[in-house]
Amino acid sequence: MSATFVGMPAFPEAARNALADAQLRGNLALATRTIRGKRLRVVGELPDWEELRLAGAALKDSALLSLDSSLERLEASLTAAGATVHWASDAAEACSIVASVARDHGVDEVVKVKSMATQEIELNEHLAAEGIAAWETDLAELIVQLGDDLPSHILVPAIHRNRAEIREIFLRRMADVGRPAPADLTDEPVELANAARLHLREKFLRAKVAVSGANFAVADTGTLVVVESEGNGRMCLTLPDVLVSVVGIEKVVPTWQDLEVFLQLLPRSSTGERMNPYTSTWTGVTPGDGPQEVHVVLLDNGRTRALADEVGRQALRCIRCSACLNVCPVYERTGGHAYGSVYPGPIGAILNPLLRGVGESDQLDSLPYASSLCGACFEACPVRIDIPSVLVDLRAKVVDAHRPSAKPEAAAMKAAAWSFGSGSRLGVLERASGVFGGLASRMVRRRSTSGRTALSRLPFAGAWTGARDLPAPPKESFRAWWKRTDGGRR
Amino acid sequence: MSARDEILGRVRSALVGASPAVEVPRGYRTRGDASVDVLALFAERVADYRADVVRCSPDEVEAMIAGALAGARAVVPPELGWHVPDAVVDTGLSALELDELDAVVTAAAVGIAETGTVVLDHGPGQGRRALSLVPDLHVCVVLAEQVVAGVPEGVARLDPTRPTTWISGPSATSDIELNRVEGVHGPRRLVVVLVG
Repeated sequence: MSATFVGMPAFPEAARNALADAQLRGNLALATRTIRGKRLRVVGELPDWEELRLAGAALKDSALLSLDSSLERLEASLTAAGATVHWASDAAEACSIVASVARDHGVDEVVKVKSMATQEIELNEHLAAEGIAAWETDLAELIVQLGDDLPSHILVPAIHRNRAEIREIFLRRMADVGRPAPADLTDEPVELANAARLHLREKFLRAKVAVSGANFAVADTGTLVVVESEGNGRMCLTLPDVLVSVVGIEKVVPTWQDLEVFLQLLPRSSTGERMNPYTSTWTGVTPGDGPQEVHVVLLDNGRTRALADEVGRQALRCIRCSACLNVCPVYERTGGHAYGSVYPGPIGAILNPLLRGVGESDQLDSLPYASSLCGACFEACPVRIDIPSVLVDLRAKVVDAHRPSAKPEAAAMKAAAWSFGSGSRLGVLERASGVFGGLASRMVRRRSTSGRTALSRLPFAGAWTGARDLPAPPKESFRAWWKRTDGGRR
Repeated sequence: MSARDEILGRVRSALVGASPAVEVPRGYRTRGDASVDVLALFAERVADYRADVVRCSPDEVEAMIAGALAGARAVVPPELGWHVPDAVVDTGLSALELDELDAVVTAAAVGIAETGTVVLDHGPGQGRRALSLVPDLHVCVVLAEQVVAGVPEGVARLDPTRPTTWISGPSATSDIELNRVEGVHGPRRLVVVLVG
């Protein structure tokens, strides 16, 4: 169980493989269409949705722009409430803190609430190397874990799997790690959910240590919040004696009252419900109720790098709702694996380079280009992250990181400026283009959806046309036609 | 240098030149529309999640609880204000012992009409968190005066130092092809008894 994103190819290559998978495209189209419809219905019910978005963005900004004092307040209130606060500057530090808590209690297994932060730091792999099994308890995470698979969506990590595939995974793998799936399991979702209930219940009832993330951390009170659907979160947060929560430092919100905004924005944006089935809040240790030993690991792992980027720091407002994935025309077609990270889709295209740095790898540097800049993600974002602007800014940074070797795209833009700058130059080029168009229509292999002939690959601009179809130029330019026919009169 | 000092140092240098003053526009609704019948809306929205809702007067609560339990073996928290015949009173039962019981009856702290949500703060009559989690049927009694219109009024009534559990319908998942399926790890049936 050690699937990893390490070594993933850059986006264009990964996307080409994903696009060739008809099953994947079918599953994704169905799922994203369903969730888009649900979200629009419940967002439309609220007359003050825009006011909530404005407040949500400003609240996150107010915590982020004074993050040092926000974190000091959070630490003080957590400590006062009986929690032990740890700080981890990177993934390795965070993983070893969690492992040492587990070791202190002599356990060889922990139960886990779905958490993006622990996926990001690859906690399960780290614990496995120390002989500690980490059981994912969210249904979709269980599907991914049992299938030795990778997550492809923030909210629904197994969105790329349909019910028949899930049935097959449960039948094949559950018996290896615990209670087997019922032999007569069908692919009805109700039966699949029940198989997960039975399989995981024995793990919940015996677990001594649980690991979670947090959706929000309230600076003033030290309250952590987990938003979920199935009750697996409540099981992990309530039944074990020891709870370790790994919390990104950007999860902090100023006050308890601010939850009135986020608990409206998040469920409607993520699962498209008025409210998710279960939300748990807890403040340190409550005597006689729930875990009596509570740890909180405050995780940096690149967040301060993102914070230093004046344009990009708004990405740290993200509340991981995944609305931007569901509305993105690129994500809908490629799915999440092509982004090579636990954070896929539009937010992943900015968050990954912001957290890990531009110019570090071709894979990361390809992500800001995985977008048509249509702007649907900004419209859907409940905390108004202007993803298109950050994408454009990151593209500039990627270009800068790769100087002095000038990119063909930059050279092409310069050439375009030269030719559009003069009518006579443009005329000459159009005639040349017409000759090329005549040749092209003879060698063309297909027509685009609009019925126009299209070139799918050009030898001298492969990076551009490899991911796009270029319409073949017409044999005669408009200006030449106008001259020849006197504006259509001849 | 400790990780704490390192992180706080990085935060401070990341924010050099940034202005920490952010005005938060709170133009959203913090009070419900007075013309809306919040009790009717609450009942309708809870039922939308395929939970059962029954409305009754204060002297009918025990009969409603008995009807919802239909003979199921129930656990109740100490200080539940209603008598449930043959129920086990929680005295710190283990998770395994709770798993042997079919149902739980609790009071609530807040009801939120717009979202169809019941909030427990695990005070008197509500029990510790495990109690309303492990048994498969949760019968939750909500008083009319506990029901507010929207989320902001609900948050304002709650004490952040207490653990809270917000419940909107029975346990559910949307993880299979993004369709909601009721019944995973939490109680698969939720009955809300709305009093008054």
